[in-house]
Amino acid sequence: MSVIWSVMVLASVLCAAATGREGDVAAAALEGAAAAVELCLSMAGVLCLWTGVMEVMKRSGLTEGLSRLLRPVLRRLYPDFAGDREVMDSVAANVSANLLGLGNAATPLGIRAARRMSLRSPGVASPALCMLVVCNSASIQLIPTTVASVRAAQGSAAPFDILPAVWLASALSVSVGIAAVKLLGRLWPGEGR
Amino acid sequence: MDRWVTMVVPLLLSGVALWGCVKRVDVYGALCAGAAEGLGVLLRIVPSLIALLTAVYMLRASGALELCERALAPALEWLGIPPETVGLMLVRPVSGSAALGVGAELMAAYGPDSTIGRTAAVMLGSTETTFYTIAVYFGAAGIRKTRYTIPAALCADLAGFIAASWAVRVCF
Repeated sequence: MSVIWSVMVLASVLCAAATGREGDVAAAALEGAAAAVELCLSMAGVLCLWTGVMEVMKRSGLTEGLSRLLRPVLRRLYPDFAGDREVMDSVAANVSANLLGLGNAATPLGIRAARRMSLRSPGVASPALCMLVVCNSASIQLIPTTVASVRAAQGSAAPFDILPAVWLASALSVSVGIAAVKLLGRLWPGEGR
Repeated sequence: MDRWVTMVVPLLLSGVALWGCVKRVDVYGALCAGAAEGLGVLLRIVPSLIALLTAVYMLRASGALELCERALAPALEWLGIPPETVGLMLVRPVSGSAALGVGAELMAAYGPDSTIGRTAAVMLGSTETTFYTIAVYFGAAGIRKTRYTIPAALCADLAGFIAASWAVRVCF
């Protein structure tokens, strides 16, 4: 992160010097810092409301219900571990937490599954592990609360009207990810299955 | 369709409340506890957002982002992606808060309800911080040979970006 930040600042200073926009950049630096705090303040209400709603969902057992629904699908995605109760439970809970946007709950569950999967292939990413990580690096959150609160903070007429588009894009992205894992798994050289 | 989308939030709120009452959960207590947790999340992202929005605003003002846009515009237009979102796509897989900063700046500059603003929002909502996720999972599982995980994950990201631009055009 330090490198990225430094490169961003350095690049803008160099570019400003080249194009003669030093004044604009100087003003923008201060403006950006102020804008960040304003943004956080104005998105706080919506964001906290949703984390509250998610907590209610979690406590009322919605996550467990979702896991049960997902299990048959997941067994197909992870054929190598379909018989491993513990892995399938963790993966199902991980996916349903991801769907509900409970990122903090999803990661430890996913890691538990990853640890257990890695026992069979220490040090090497097995097909199931690749699938697990790719599925977690593609967003499947049903209600993108952070983005919606940014939109609300900036005066969008209907902050949640992007939902259908987000669902479409997420579904396509996850499908391509799964297809890529299946395809590359066949093409990749080395100790596969 | 439009009416349903506008009703998503109120329906979800009442549905969750009803379900919570049926399941005999302390709905109000959980709501407040969750909201307090959200405040903590927000507090954690404020410092990085300050640092990153400063850098993003500088990049925008210096014209460096424009240069990038112009260089990549033909390829992006061919894929149907608005070239203005190039900065967002570059940082998205690396840093979540940087992407949020770039996206917020795009939404502020072009308006949250513009095509570019919406595309940025959908991109943020349909992708994840890929490299961070890979690092966390493989770090915890002690995996050193990641094999085809990174290419496959980046395929999913690219598909997400293209699909986001496409979905915004279809839905609005």
